[in-house]
Amino acid sequence: MGMTISQKILARACGLASVNVGDVVEPAVDLAMSHENAALVINQFLEIYQGTDLEPRVWDRSKIAIIFDHRVPAESAKTATNQKRVRQFVATHGITKFHDIRGDEGGICHQVLAEQGYDRPGYVITGTDSHTTSHGALGAFAFGIGATEMASVWALGRVLNVEVPGSIKVVVRGSFNERVTPKDLILHLVGRLTAQGANYKVIEFHGDAIAAMPISGRLVLTNMAVEAGATSGIVPADDETVRYLRDEAGVTDPLDLVQPDIDAVYDRVIDVDVSVLEPQIACPHTVDHVKAVGAIAGTKVDQIVIGSCTNGRIDDIEMAARVLRGRKVARGVRMLVFPASWRIYREAMKRGYLADLIDAGAVVMNPGCGCCLGIHQGALGDGEVALSTTNRNFKGRMGNPSSEVYLCSPAVAAASAATGVITDPRQGG
Amino acid sequence: MAHVVHKAGADVSTDTIYPGRFMATVLPSETPQFCFADDKTFNTALQRQQIAPGSVIVAEQNFGCGSSREQAASTLKGHGLVVVARGFARIFLQNAINLGLRTVMCPAIEAEVGDDLEISATEVRNITTRRSFPIAPLPAARQAIIDAGGLIAYTRARLLA
Repeated sequence: MGMTISQKILARACGLASVNVGDVVEPAVDLAMSHENAALVINQFLEIYQGTDLEPRVWDRSKIAIIFDHRVPAESAKTATNQKRVRQFVATHGITKFHDIRGDEGGICHQVLAEQGYDRPGYVITGTDSHTTSHGALGAFAFGIGATEMASVWALGRVLNVEVPGSIKVVVRGSFNERVTPKDLILHLVGRLTAQGANYKVIEFHGDAIAAMPISGRLVLTNMAVEAGATSGIVPADDETVRYLRDEAGVTDPLDLVQPDIDAVYDRVIDVDVSVLEPQIACPHTVDHVKAVGAIAGTKVDQIVIGSCTNGRIDDIEMAARVLRGRKVARGVRMLVFPASWRIYREAMKRGYLADLIDAGAVVMNPGCGCCLGIHQGALGDGEVALSTTNRNFKGRMGNPSSEVYLCSPAVAAASAATGVITDPRQGG
Repeated sequence: MAHVVHKAGADVSTDTIYPGRFMATVLPSETPQFCFADDKTFNTALQRQQIAPGSVIVAEQNFGCGSSREQAASTLKGHGLVVVARGFARIFLQNAINLGLRTVMCPAIEAEVGDDLEISATEVRNITTRRSFPIAPLPAARQAIIDAGGLIAYTRARLLA
C-alpha cells in the first residue's frame, strides 16, 4: 500500500521502510524551532538533568533555531529578562540558528526559517508554536509541540510519541480571480472543514492552482492548516520549491524532493475550484465562522491590521500599497502594517510600498508578531472591531475580550481601510 | 468522587484557558493566577481557592484548540483540575500528558455543573444522573509517559538508559 508524503518523511526519520497510519513512532528531528518561549524550554531542559550526573547538553546545536518575534522589542522587564536568559543559553550552548532583535536578519520565526533556507523538503520540523505547520509549504513535515516536548527534543533529538497521522488530500484547481488570494482559499477550507475537521490529520495540497502558486501563497495555506485542527499542512516539493530555496533562500546543498506514492491512501479527498471563489471573511469568534465578503460588507471597523506569519510577505504588502496608493485611510480607522521579516521590510521600503502606505495614513510597525495575539502593540478598546490578515480571531485574541476580530486577505483589509467598513476589494479602487 | 465545577462547549481555545496577554508568564508556579482569566466568576473562585483540587471541567469536542502554549495545561494543573472532554486538540492533549494534567477522553460524556462523577480506568459514571460513559484508552506509549510521572522524568530515564 502506498504512503502519503507524511508517512514517507516519518518513515525515513525513524529509519524504517514504511510506517502505517496510527503507528506511534519516535522520528529524528531535523530542525527544532522556538521563539521567546525558549525561556520555558530552557527551564524544562535543565530540569531533565536534575539529580543526574549528566551535563546538560543539547543533542545538536546546529539543528536548534531560536528567533525572537512574539514581543520585540520587549514590552516589559519580564520579557526582557526572559530574552536575556535565552541569549545566555544560546551563547553557552553555541546554538547557531539564533535570530535576535536585529534589522539585518530578524523577523517572525516562520518567515525567517523559510527565507534563511533552514526549511528543506523531507525534513521533520518541530516548533513550540502551533503555526509551525507553515514549513510544510517547503515540503517538510512540520508540526507544533509544547515547551516540555521541545526540552525532550533538545535532549534526545527525537520527538517521542508521534502518532502517524492520516491525511486529507485537497486538490485545488482553476485560477484565482483578481484580488482573490490564497488567504480566501484557506479561510474557505477552514470554514468547510470546521475548526476540528482535520484534527490529528495532515492536509496535503495538490492541483494545478497549487502548482501555479508561489511559496509565499503556499505558506498562507500551510500556516492556517492548524486552524482546521491539522497536525500539519504540506505541499510536496516541486519546481517552485527548488526555485525559492535556490534563488531566494540561497540554498546550494542537494535537495531531497520527497513525493507521496501514486497509490497513497487518503482519509478524504476534497476538490476546490478557485475560479469561483469570492473573498472570504472569518467572523468573530472562531476561524471556521466563514462568510463571503458580501454577507458582511458594510460592517464598521476601528482597526485594520496587515501583517503576521500568515500575510506579512512582500506580495501582501504590495497588494495593500497598490490598493491604497493615492488614497487615504478613512478617518476614525487605525491601520497597522507589520512585515513578516526585516528582509521583507527592506524590500518593501526599496520598492516604495512603505511610503505609499504611510502617505495613506498607515502606521508601519517593526517586523514581529505585533498585535496578532494581544501581548505587544495594537490592543483593541472595549467594543472595538478589527479587520485583520492574521490567523486567529478567538475572543480576546487582540488583548480585549470585549472586542471583535474579523480575518481576511490583504486585498480586503486594504480596500476596507480606505472606506472604514468591510469592503469587497473587487469593487472600485 | 469528583464535582463538576465548570462546563465548556466545543472548540474552547487556549486563548480562553490562558489569554495570550499573559504569555510572558511561563513558570508553572505563576500561571495558575490567569486560569480562565476572562471568565471573572470562575477565575475568582479558583483564585480564592473555593474549588477543591480534583474538581472537574467538562467539555465537548476539541478542548484546547489553537496555540501550543503550555501555560494552558500548567494553569489547570496548578489548580488540580481534571478535564473530562469529548475530545481534545492534539497539542493541548500532548502538553497535558507531558505535564501530568489529568485529561479524560470520554466521547459521549454528559454532565452539568454540580454533578458528581466517579472516574475509573474505563468509564466515567455520572452519579447524579446515574449514567455511565466509556473512556477512550490512550495509546500505550502515551500511557508510559503518564506512568513515568510526566515527560521530564520519562526523558531523564531515557537519557540514563
